[in-house]
Amino acid sequence: MKKNDLIIRVGGEGGEGVISVGDFITQACARAGLDVYTFKTFPAEIKGGYAMYQLRASTEPVYNQGDIFDVLCVFNGEAYENNKARLKPGHALVYDCPGDFTPDIPEGVHAYPIPMTQTAKELNNVRAKNMVAMGALSVLFNIPEASLREVLTSKFARKGDAVVQGNLTAFERGQELARALNKTDPWAIGTPKADPNRDVVVMSGNNAIGLGALIAGVEFFSAYPITPATEVAIYVAKHLPKRGGTLIQAEDEIASISQVLGASYAGKKAMTSTSGPGLALMGEMIGMAFMSETPCVIVDVQRGGPSTGLPTKHEQSDLFIAVHGGHGDCGRIVLSVENVQDCVALTVTAFNLAEKYQCPVILMSDGSLAFSTQSIPYPDPASFTIVNRERWDGNGEYNRYKLTDSGISPMVDPGTPGGMHIATGLEHSPKGTPSYAGENHEIMQAKRFNKLKAVVNDVPLTEVDGEGDADIGIITWGGTIGVVREAIQRLRAEGYKVKGFYPKLLHPLPVEQFEDFGKGCKRILLPEVNYLGQLAHFVRAETTLRPESYTICGGLPFTPEMIVKRVKEMLA
Amino acid sequence: MNAPVKVQDRFHEVQLESKDYREDLSSFWCPGCGHSGVLTSFLRTLAEIGIKPENLMSISGIGCSSRLPYFVKSYKMHTLHGRAGPVATGAQLARPDLAVVVTGGDGDGFSIGGGHMPHMARKNVNMTYILMDNHVYGLTKGQTSPTSHRVMKGSVTPFGAVEEPLDPIMYMLTYGATFVGQAFAGNVKLASQLIKEGMEHKGFSFINLLSHCPTYNEINTAKVFKADCEKLDVGHDVTDVNVAMQVVQNAKAEGRIPTGLFYRVERPTLDERMAELVTKVGGHKEYDLRKVIDLARP
Repeated sequence: MKKNDLIIRVGGEGGEGVISVGDFITQACARAGLDVYTFKTFPAEIKGGYAMYQLRASTEPVYNQGDIFDVLCVFNGEAYENNKARLKPGHALVYDCPGDFTPDIPEGVHAYPIPMTQTAKELNNVRAKNMVAMGALSVLFNIPEASLREVLTSKFARKGDAVVQGNLTAFERGQELARALNKTDPWAIGTPKADPNRDVVVMSGNNAIGLGALIAGVEFFSAYPITPATEVAIYVAKHLPKRGGTLIQAEDEIASISQVLGASYAGKKAMTSTSGPGLALMGEMIGMAFMSETPCVIVDVQRGGPSTGLPTKHEQSDLFIAVHGGHGDCGRIVLSVENVQDCVALTVTAFNLAEKYQCPVILMSDGSLAFSTQSIPYPDPASFTIVNRERWDGNGEYNRYKLTDSGISPMVDPGTPGGMHIATGLEHSPKGTPSYAGENHEIMQAKRFNKLKAVVNDVPLTEVDGEGDADIGIITWGGTIGVVREAIQRLRAEGYKVKGFYPKLLHPLPVEQFEDFGKGCKRILLPEVNYLGQLAHFVRAETTLRPESYTICGGLPFTPEMIVKRVKEMLA
Repeated sequence: MNAPVKVQDRFHEVQLESKDYREDLSSFWCPGCGHSGVLTSFLRTLAEIGIKPENLMSISGIGCSSRLPYFVKSYKMHTLHGRAGPVATGAQLARPDLAVVVTGGDGDGFSIGGGHMPHMARKNVNMTYILMDNHVYGLTKGQTSPTSHRVMKGSVTPFGAVEEPLDPIMYMLTYGATFVGQAFAGNVKLASQLIKEGMEHKGFSFINLLSHCPTYNEINTAKVFKADCEKLDVGHDVTDVNVAMQVVQNAKAEGRIPTGLFYRVERPTLDERMAELVTKVGGHKEYDLRKVIDLARP
């Protein structure tokens, strides 16, 4: 049985306050010193539909959303129906009673009926149904009460004292109702270790990318609305004007990447954010960015594809297009984030690399991480190294694409006397003049690709999880890394010899680091959430490693249990 | 806080001749091409407004006309087919103190790039868009374009075009461009006057220059353009979009091509509105980001 690590799932009708309850408990746990990791699904409908919020709180670091909930709290029959197959003996169920349904409670499930709707009605505050539920949950599962009260009070403060008091009353009624019940289950949130130096923020992946961009010094942002990436733009829109920057909503993704290139040519740090369909539209302009050596950052918050696909579901299936999207031989840098902390840090890295190498940098996130909130160490802006593009010193004749040892040629901002040049998608000479000479094309392609060879030195070494030889080495990327971390901990605890390898730079692939990892592993497992096994494809193509693919594409992330099971099967 | 420098404040900083703005690169166009007239008009304008070459960003897409920036001393971008407009929008917003001029063809602007046109107009991006409209695709050797006459035979329409042409002028008047004019490219006097007024105009100025293609368009020759183009009476109210539309439609109904300035109004530009936003929130480059991060404390 798990200790000090609890997963609560709250489900109900969209608009019933499911998300608020989840957010409040998450904030309260983080405030009390627990590590938190959340997972949400939203209804595809604009209003109504089933909404779910799962939160995991622990006294130990949490890397993923967990296997399955320990506690299920449902506001209505639809939420119960959606989850009842997952209810197993030992789980706790908190449900609205009397409600719109009568649950056929499976054997061994600890059930707690709470009159959520009825109590809210009695209090003449039907909107506070969720607060009744939250009060009951706090008592039943030891959710830090003082923190919960503080969060509740501060979140409702701007709506006035009456609203704060109304919600507190409902919360307290929920507590009383729960105290009257006989608790039979073993679940409780652990008591956090006191750490006076602990300083955290709680953010979603999308907001963290926006923050990373602000820290990196983004000056221009253009995007087109698309699920699940829009919140990146929403966050930046709110805060970029404070830094004197410009955010514009473009007429389509082609326009947004075009505007980004125009702004970058004009000397500004510029980015866009999108999802797979938008990235597909940007392909031609990504080629122009490589050809004209114009820095730009493109965030791809992946969703289920192809085509319109599963817009609100989780998938890691854009690696092919991120690495090779566009025509011709076209280079770029591709980074991939594991968690919210990466969303901040690797966005800064993406800008630094774009500025230094004067090329497109694609940062990959995914639909789960987009909305997952996690507690992360306070990201002090002063702790980040910020790189700016090398600019012409004004001496001698200016050649925009001058051949240098590094392949990097200084840029110049428009308005600078003596620096006039053309940025062109046509093949060109070092001066920028169009040239279709075969020999020149070979020289210039080599210039543009050679500079990317040094990128690996500017990104931290790929993390290896574990030491010595392993029977199974697990390579994975993106959000699946957090799942594999926990699976490896569990397997190790049972005596299995397993190791993990967690690349964040996916192109150019750090081939030597892959080879080194492979040397110590008898077999290699590569789980990823897509049909084709996209990273496995690149690993097979570029290294001597022969990973065994484990792919799923059911719209949900892996769970640690799935990885544990697969490893055991391989070694059986 | 000082008012931001607008590009129009930076005119008349130098006295140069039009040849001083010409890059030392031989022409790309066929002999007798109308585009040479556009280049002549543009260079003359630059001399008249006295802009320093480094304060100009000349941006184009793909096509015969999109080669124009190569011949103009300036900062410049030769971008993708149809995308000059949004690239220029980004550049202009990044540097509102520099002049931005887009040059491109009818296929570039109104076929592949057609989706961007309304948005530059309605957003009132402070730049000048010169359409070099020869009613044909030249670089791909003679296909009909969105402005081709219906009867035109192109290489892909050997029996004649089956579609009606669109009218760039009515299009731009409809979508809210704040400056709309048209001239025959061979009429350097009128063309350069319109470009000059367009560049002086604070906002999105659209100038359609009817430019003959001697190689692939036998219908809209220089002779035909010259004969059909009739300068508009400057008497009409150029601040009334309905009047402007009526004047254009009347001329067309009579089989004439209206030229001159049709419409000009002042309205805040996109970069001005962005700057207002920054002022409103008291924004500045040194704003302490920790204030933003603190919002995420639990």
